[in-house]
Amino acid sequence: MKTFKKTSLATLLSATAILSAGSVVANEDPVKLGLMLPYSGTYTALGEAITNGLKLAIEQEGGQLGGREVEYIELDSEADPSKAPQNMSRLVNGDKVDFVIGPVHSGVAMGMLRVAKQSGAITIIPNAGLGAATNELCMPNVFRTSFSMWQDSYPMGKVAYDQGHRKIVTITWDYAGGKEDLAGFEEAFTAEGGEIVEQILVPFPSTEFQSYLTQIASLEPDAVYTFFAGGGGVSFVKDYAAAGLKESIPLLGSGFLTEGNLTALGDAGEGVMTTLHYAETLDNDANQAFVSAYENAYGEMPDTYAVQGYDTGMMLVQGLSELDGDTSDQERLIDVLANVELESPRGPLSFSDSHHPIQNVYLREIRDGKHEVVSIAHENLEVPDEACQM
Amino acid sequence: MLHRYPKRVAIIMLILTALVAAFPLWGEAVFGTQANFMLEKLTLMLILALFAMSLDLLVGIVGLVSLGHALFFGLGAYTLALASPDFSPASMWWMLPLVMGVSASIGLFIGVLVIRTKGIFFIMTTLAFGQMLYYFISTSQFAGGTDGVFIMFRPSLAIGERTLVDLDNPYSFFYFCLGMLLIGYFFLRWLTRSYFGQVLDGIHDNEHRMQALGYATSGYKLIAFVIAGVMAAIAGMLAAMQYGFANPAQLGWHTSGEVLMMLILGGMGTIFGPILGAFAYEILLFIYEHATTHWPILMGLTIIAAVLVLPRGIAGLIIAPPWQRKRNNDDAPAAKKEQASEAVQSTTPRKEG
Amino acid sequence: MDLAFFSVQLLNGLQYGLLLFLIASGLTLIFGIMGIINLAHGAMYMIGAYLVYDLNLRLGNFWLAIMVAIPIAIALGLIIERLFLDTLYKRDHLYQVLLTFGLILVLNEAQRIIWGGDVHRVPVPAPFDASIQLTDNLQYSVYRLFVMGVCLALAGVIYWVIRHTKLGIIIRAGAVNRDMVEGLGINVRTLFTLIFSVGVALTAFAGMIAAPLTSIAPGMGDNILITCFVVVVIGGIGSIKGAFWGAIIIGMATTFGAVLIPSLASMVIYLIMAAVLLVKPRGLFA
Repeated sequence: MKTFKKTSLATLLSATAILSAGSVVANEDPVKLGLMLPYSGTYTALGEAITNGLKLAIEQEGGQLGGREVEYIELDSEADPSKAPQNMSRLVNGDKVDFVIGPVHSGVAMGMLRVAKQSGAITIIPNAGLGAATNELCMPNVFRTSFSMWQDSYPMGKVAYDQGHRKIVTITWDYAGGKEDLAGFEEAFTAEGGEIVEQILVPFPSTEFQSYLTQIASLEPDAVYTFFAGGGGVSFVKDYAAAGLKESIPLLGSGFLTEGNLTALGDAGEGVMTTLHYAETLDNDANQAFVSAYENAYGEMPDTYAVQGYDTGMMLVQGLSELDGDTSDQERLIDVLANVELESPRGPLSFSDSHHPIQNVYLREIRDGKHEVVSIAHENLEVPDEACQM
Repeated sequence: MLHRYPKRVAIIMLILTALVAAFPLWGEAVFGTQANFMLEKLTLMLILALFAMSLDLLVGIVGLVSLGHALFFGLGAYTLALASPDFSPASMWWMLPLVMGVSASIGLFIGVLVIRTKGIFFIMTTLAFGQMLYYFISTSQFAGGTDGVFIMFRPSLAIGERTLVDLDNPYSFFYFCLGMLLIGYFFLRWLTRSYFGQVLDGIHDNEHRMQALGYATSGYKLIAFVIAGVMAAIAGMLAAMQYGFANPAQLGWHTSGEVLMMLILGGMGTIFGPILGAFAYEILLFIYEHATTHWPILMGLTIIAAVLVLPRGIAGLIIAPPWQRKRNNDDAPAAKKEQASEAVQSTTPRKEG
Repeated sequence: MDLAFFSVQLLNGLQYGLLLFLIASGLTLIFGIMGIINLAHGAMYMIGAYLVYDLNLRLGNFWLAIMVAIPIAIALGLIIERLFLDTLYKRDHLYQVLLTFGLILVLNEAQRIIWGGDVHRVPVPAPFDASIQLTDNLQYSVYRLFVMGVCLALAGVIYWVIRHTKLGIIIRAGAVNRDMVEGLGINVRTLFTLIFSVGVALTAFAGMIAAPLTSIAPGMGDNILITCFVVVVIGGIGSIKGAFWGAIIIGMATTFGAVLIPSLASMVIYLIMAAVLLVKPRGLFA
């Protein structure tokens, strides 16, 4: 498998080398970044935060990558998976971008990666957490600067057990991302000796949780582990608190439950514990500099989505400065990007053989409307992408 | 339908078809290095044109407004995705009949239920059935759930060992889609001019009269519903072949809304109009998305404007240009239709005061 | 399933059903009298929620915010009806479908431009920001009880207006035979404008009153739209009584379906709809 990938990539590279031979002084052309992110619909806030973070990183370098100007092409992915292949193709084959950055939504990622496989375009995923992207679908030209569902939920399994919980109810939406998240938690929690009493799947994207809360109350578990995001996350945490369950049955969750939602949650979020690869209160130099720069530039606190965009920018900054902006040799470019190591706002960040971030996952608790870091739930966690060892 | 269009319709459509078919000759001169991408876009437009045309049989010819037509489009895509072998291409010789068979059976089942309803009830029930399948696929493990599925190999079209059309080649695939669209067009043209088509036209104008004349109108409508569904499924299969990807969003009601938009933009009830509409819609979308990330507002306003000032679509403009409209009214079937429906439901609150 | 569990779920189903009735009533009213199918219904629900969020921040009082938001919603309905729909009554339903489809795109994008993509909330207003103990570990928000009351009261008012007032007589007559009503010298145009504005206001009001119970986020209207359609189809399009019972059925089915047949939870309402159509193609109360 490995050799096959290498050779096919080599043929592809020689083909592009011949094509680009006509325009020799590539360094004077701007670097084209194709942003395939949601700018309308449910995930708008995420798309905007990622874009902000990315641009901030590049602006800090004088708006240049490896000495070349940068041109952004922003394409609204609408978070509509059925349009993903054609949108991706527009960026790659129409606009001829050097890098595609996207998406937020895992279904869109599937469609994008289908085209990434055919075209060999370098794709950096700044959010979408589907595990397959860097595992079963394994492509040398695909990177992620974000996380996979498993990575953020797996550490919580041990945390929950160590907190003394033995019987847990899990609840999420009935869709791929939610189920992958629960699987990570369940793997670690049952390995410790805990028991999942009931796994509840809510029709996506329903936010009508009353009957499930009643069910949870009657099951009387030690704790509840949940994955919801965006508006669904806010509704669930609020309804959970309003049902008076928060006092008797602690609420644990993936960090996305509350990420970007702190103001909307208000008091209902206090005391909720989640695991994630970032917290805005992280006490390190890179994060303090990042938070104040972000607040200056956009007038609001950054969240993990902004950091993921920022690290995507930093990865390009570091990679392209090492190559002096020369993107013509794709094999070398991929190699350089794969070896990027960052002192990210989220802590040390490097990439595994499958191009997946190796990063800390933190246990966070909401106190006074902020994600306070309780501990490092898992240090330098590497995702075992067994099907992808490049 | 028996209506004859002015000659210029045939001339314009012939010229456009020739232009599209000759794209490989002029594409590179006009679009340079983007020619391959434009070919891909053009192929997509051909596929969507087939999809829009299939809906015209229901909406324009029979007068049944479906807001669940994407159900069949997605059904075609998923039949291909789920029936394709993992490590080798399927054969078109059994894939195409399979897609048609599956969509016809499901079309028959849903059709029996929805044909009993009329007008606005039909709109709502088709919408609800579309959503039902959408949720079914979205939550099905075997179909890849919300993430969708890859189709790793395009089906092959071969006799024995000899490849007839190499569908992996973008140019051959383009001509294959063009061929399917033309077959679809001439089939619908023949169908609407046949005895069966006349009955459908009669049902559109006045179903009660047709019933009084002894026609089992439900049966005719059901057959039209199934045919439209099968054609949409073929379009869906082609769309899934093009990018090797099927996703539940293809079944969603937003897709149904978009294809209705293509229909109205092109001009319904004309068969050739929806083809123009699909091209126009995709070109507009391309321009808007390039212009701004606030593109939905531009698209929304375009839709509203088209509904208000261009109810007969582009086809209406060609059949009866505004400067000829007074003289040529008898030529314009769309105009006639509208007069007829005005006569039927003269409920308009036109009077002031 | 013990009795306490069953009773609480019954309450959940009833509450959800009543809220659904409120949301769907505007849709069925507009259809029943005007014959207009309004796809932008969900977008108007969303606008209501965002309006009350915005005004609540500005004015600092939830009830005041609703008082100010309702006239804005009525004005929105008025503008849409006069500007766009007025020219479409003589045309096929298709045009109404498409026009309101275009409106969804415009309204959703306007929401993004005005309020951005973040998730927001409206705090539960006094004096209902308390809860009662249902079982030993489950509480129930008093505001939910209040919303049930409001929905029931509005159902009563709508029923009374349609059954017992002159306007109601005109409305019922108009739904049966519009020509006749016009022939009697009643200005149907004004009637339509009135009905559409009231319908939009009802929908937006549902968004306002539900705001403290939900999260305010882009696309929130799209999710509710299809459920409303199912409610209206089951009950019989255009029938207020049908919408009421349809909503209760869907509320109960969603609640109990989630617990009893979780594997079918996302499809249960569509299965019910299909069953109803099989037996009564025009809905239960048409």
